[in-house]
Amino acid sequence: MTAESHSDKLDTDLAFNLKGGMLTMTVIELVRQEPERFARQLAEKVRQAPNFFKDTPVVFSLDKLSDELDATTLAHLLQICRDSGMQPMALRGSEAFRPLAQHCGLVLMLPGRVRDKSGEGERRGAAGPKKPEAVRRETPVAAAPAPVAAEGIPSKVITQPVRSGQQVYARGGDLVVLASVSPGSELLADGNIHVYGPLRGRALAGVRGNTEARIFCQSLEAELVSIAGQYKVAEDLRRHLWKEATQISLDGDSLKIVPL
Amino acid sequence: MAKIIVITSGKGGVGKTTTSAAIGTGLALRGFKTVIVDFDVGLRNLDLIMGCERRVVYDFVNLINGDSNLNQTLIKDKRSDNLYILPASQTRDKDALTQDGVEKVLEELKLTFDYIVCDSPAGIEKGAHLAMYFADEAIVVTNPEVSSVRDSDRMLGLLSSKSRRAESGERIKEHLLLTRYNPVRADLGEMLTVSDVEDILSIPLLGVIPESQAVLKASNQGVPVIMDELSDAGQAYGDAVDRLLGETIPHRFLEAQKKSLLQRLFGGR
Repeated sequence: MTAESHSDKLDTDLAFNLKGGMLTMTVIELVRQEPERFARQLAEKVRQAPNFFKDTPVVFSLDKLSDELDATTLAHLLQICRDSGMQPMALRGSEAFRPLAQHCGLVLMLPGRVRDKSGEGERRGAAGPKKPEAVRRETPVAAAPAPVAAEGIPSKVITQPVRSGQQVYARGGDLVVLASVSPGSELLADGNIHVYGPLRGRALAGVRGNTEARIFCQSLEAELVSIAGQYKVAEDLRRHLWKEATQISLDGDSLKIVPL
Repeated sequence: MAKIIVITSGKGGVGKTTTSAAIGTGLALRGFKTVIVDFDVGLRNLDLIMGCERRVVYDFVNLINGDSNLNQTLIKDKRSDNLYILPASQTRDKDALTQDGVEKVLEELKLTFDYIVCDSPAGIEKGAHLAMYFADEAIVVTNPEVSSVRDSDRMLGLLSSKSRRAESGERIKEHLLLTRYNPVRADLGEMLTVSDVEDILSIPLLGVIPESQAVLKASNQGVPVIMDELSDAGQAYGDAVDRLLGETIPHRFLEAQKKSLLQRLFGGR
């Protein structure tokens, strides 16, 4: 009792901290409001990359939608997303959508606020690789992860070997591994991947569609490398610069592997 | 302070039980009070390798369930006063082991023993998990063969993430023991070489046990191979135990023996 009243007077132990942060979110830009077609195409995307959609926060963009959207259809579309494991967080659109957002319990994000720094994204989004971005329909805003990383999401640094069966994911930033990466292991990063031991497992950079992401390694012996969904397997990698120090980047629709 | 050492591999048939028997016996012969615990419930083998199968009355599962006490269950080795065996149950399966039960038994063993050697079953399921969960050190037994190396790699990953030490932010001390090594076949490229395996697993090498007829003979006679001091495998296990205790000894049996003129003439192996 005494302790409690004491602490009331000297309230030094913070119950929370206020922090600024940038989060990467996938944007689903709605072009047509046809729930059946939407469900079918989404299921196809989910089938291609099941892990990508699991618990992924998504923003529903209504900018490209020409005709009126009613609450029932929107609720239906949101439910389809939730059923696929995604978590709709917000609607993006003009002020006119505010009642709709409130009705569905979502936040309304006005388009201008996100649009501002789309210049860099536009170039990136246009490459339109296979995997996750396809959902975003090459929307400029969707390719935001790189700016986010630049603004200081810390890189994930791994000092121990990454063993067979282990999976390491650097969400929103770069992944740096100072030890070996064994066959049967998997590295994932929204940004770049750097490996200073031999890279013998799988390495997937830019898993959320950052086509500027790169992979750097001291010895390329990987089972698979991928950037923004474009991949090459060991059988193809073996022919060129195998076991060499290399840099892998995306050049248009194909992976470019050059010596470091 | 008692040390718990798990002998593990992931893959079956690489020599975990042979190694458990040899390392445990080696520690006991060097004066440490040692118990070897057979975690392979349902496929009890350690007692055979140790030659005490006829004296098994109670087992690990009985002990966990409170059907017997430690004195009744431990089997004292006839060759060394410092060595005891805790046999597995042959009639039960691995679900009979519980984390709390295993912890209770290990805590009790810690009071009287210097070393507790846990012979892990193959696989990465419950039995193997419990064998390594409480360990302070791990000896990862690997054959110079790709699938064995990959399974060991997987096991090393589990050791560094799913053990009590890992959960409290510490590390299990890891040792690599390469068994069934044949330098001639490694030179011919039929087997991975020592450096290949070290390169992939990147943990310190505790020893290299040469492929040896002495191992099979020892197993069938129920005598740990380390007692066969004339054999190459016995000597290699002896070196491994000394290294485990912190000594620095050069590795032996890594080079192919050149055949002498007489051997060549008579084609002996």
